[in-house]
Amino acid sequence: MATVSLQDIRKSFGKTDVIHGVDIDIADGEFIVIVGPSGCGKSTLLRMVAGLETVTSGEVRIGDRRVNEAEPMARDIAMVFQNYALYPHMSVFDNMAYGLKIAKTPKSEIEARVAQAAKMLQLEPYLQRKPRELSGGQRQRVAMGRAIVRKPAVFLFDEPLSNLDAKLRVQMRLEIKALQRELGVTALYVTHDQVEAMTLADRMVVMNGGVADQVGAPLEVYGNPQTTFVAGFIGSPPTNFLSPALLGQQGDGQIGIRPEHMAIDPEGALQGTVAYAEALGAETLVHLRAADGTQVTVRQDAAHAIPAEGSAIRVGWQDGAMMRFDAAGRRV
Amino acid sequence: MADRGGMVERRGAGLWLTHLGLILGVAFIAFPIWLAFVASTVSQPEIVRPPMPLLPGDQMWENYSKALTSGVNAPVALMLANSMVMAIGISLGKIAISLLSAFAIVYFRFPFRRVFFWLIFLTLMLPVEVRIVPTYEVIANFGMLNSYSGLILPLVASATATFLFRQFFMTVPDELAEAARVDGAGPMRFFFDILLPMSRTNIAALFVILFIYGWNQYLWPLLITTDPSMNTIVMGIKQMFPSGDDIADWPVIMATSILAMIPPVLVVIGMQKLFIRGLVESEK
Repeated sequence: MATVSLQDIRKSFGKTDVIHGVDIDIADGEFIVIVGPSGCGKSTLLRMVAGLETVTSGEVRIGDRRVNEAEPMARDIAMVFQNYALYPHMSVFDNMAYGLKIAKTPKSEIEARVAQAAKMLQLEPYLQRKPRELSGGQRQRVAMGRAIVRKPAVFLFDEPLSNLDAKLRVQMRLEIKALQRELGVTALYVTHDQVEAMTLADRMVVMNGGVADQVGAPLEVYGNPQTTFVAGFIGSPPTNFLSPALLGQQGDGQIGIRPEHMAIDPEGALQGTVAYAEALGAETLVHLRAADGTQVTVRQDAAHAIPAEGSAIRVGWQDGAMMRFDAAGRRV
Repeated sequence: MADRGGMVERRGAGLWLTHLGLILGVAFIAFPIWLAFVASTVSQPEIVRPPMPLLPGDQMWENYSKALTSGVNAPVALMLANSMVMAIGISLGKIAISLLSAFAIVYFRFPFRRVFFWLIFLTLMLPVEVRIVPTYEVIANFGMLNSYSGLILPLVASATATFLFRQFFMTVPDELAEAARVDGAGPMRFFFDILLPMSRTNIAALFVILFIYGWNQYLWPLLITTDPSMNTIVMGIKQMFPSGDDIADWPVIMATSILAMIPPVLVVIGMQKLFIRGLVESEK
């Protein structure tokens, strides 16, 4: 268990700058999720913490120690890979025990630790099987087990759930969270899935183009996005962005309003034509086209009437729901 | 042939015709070998008197024991042993060297990595026969004529095998190497614990091919072994042929041929399962 701190981390591959200075301080036992679209540098950042990628400039500290030059195994970390990276010719037991064997842990302790991890992950019946004889979810558990048995200071997860089907993903998400709570280990988790980020994180880091746009608790990030990127990326359906001119206001930049904060209202400030409506059962998404062509989505309860396609309606919102951004996309 | 467990549907005449064709093909290919076997079980006068016998005779024991213990120039048992050493030496050496060089080329970043790869690849374009004179010169200067090292060393580097392992290593996911790094395995540890066991089927397939390649070497042993006790079996058979007015001992020569065939056949049969798996699937 340890704190992790990244100070002005930069990374370039040749002449291409991938990460332009990221600062994050992670408290002991905290679950941090790094979320962002593909190509934003989130995996690279994680791999630099793991020691699989060199740091171009800046400093990575685990505990009180600078680890920029340390080999992965010397950093006291464990990593779960997207494709699990299990050794195909080794049994589940050997997969989990390999790191301990290299560290010359006594045999009795290896057995005890693997047994404990296997019990925690319900892998006991499979210890003698090969990875190819396991289902996706079980492989995922073995990968987790391999990380647990080493009792690392920090867990690193690189999109560990993206190879699972939707149902299993939800289940494993809960398990990962429970496991991390139980073990109290600091965790750094990379994902492109904002639902995973919202549900798992103590704090989340929203990455955009090699920069951490916002760091904060999930609800804080959701409710109070600092940039148009964060407002658009976190939340589904995404935030509606309107130009001030559309609302008869001065200034440039954009006004963001979340779909759930909008409601069909004959007195509303915005007029639009219904393009189509998606009834999802519990809720309905009404897609409008505003006068200047902007797409606007309104999320309303299923109890409300669904407007006919092609009809002209007005939507309104409370004043507090408006998030103003300047021309550079920063929150005003 | 009658019942294939339902795998093949009954198709009446078509099925029989297919099998007839296959049987004819097998008979056509196997007939010369059968003739050699028959010739190795009869006496010299029976061979030279036409028509040649088509059924085995009663001289099998005599011919084979004569071949194994005395042969014509050197006892066949000795030549078999020589061939065995050479074939195993070549195949194991080739596998070890190609595994290591492929490992270096795929997993390490060093200056001129690509150049080295292409240099290795380039040697594919120079068969042994083309470079045989300079190679002979080198081996002679090292004093390796009539020795096992002289037989093995010049043939032990293999671009084909290096290329094959390179291709296999490139299909191994990078994450596996990274996971091993996180687990604390150094490069050689990763090689022995992870890569080597994963390449098991490829190694087996390659061993079969290389064993036969080594066993069937003809020109090179012919050049560098002047001492009959260093002769290998394949060239030894040719040495047994009569030159000038000598009388050939055909039954012994045929017995030698049959004996020369046995080790490669055993290797193929013994490693068939791994061999086919290595060629068909790659375990990931």
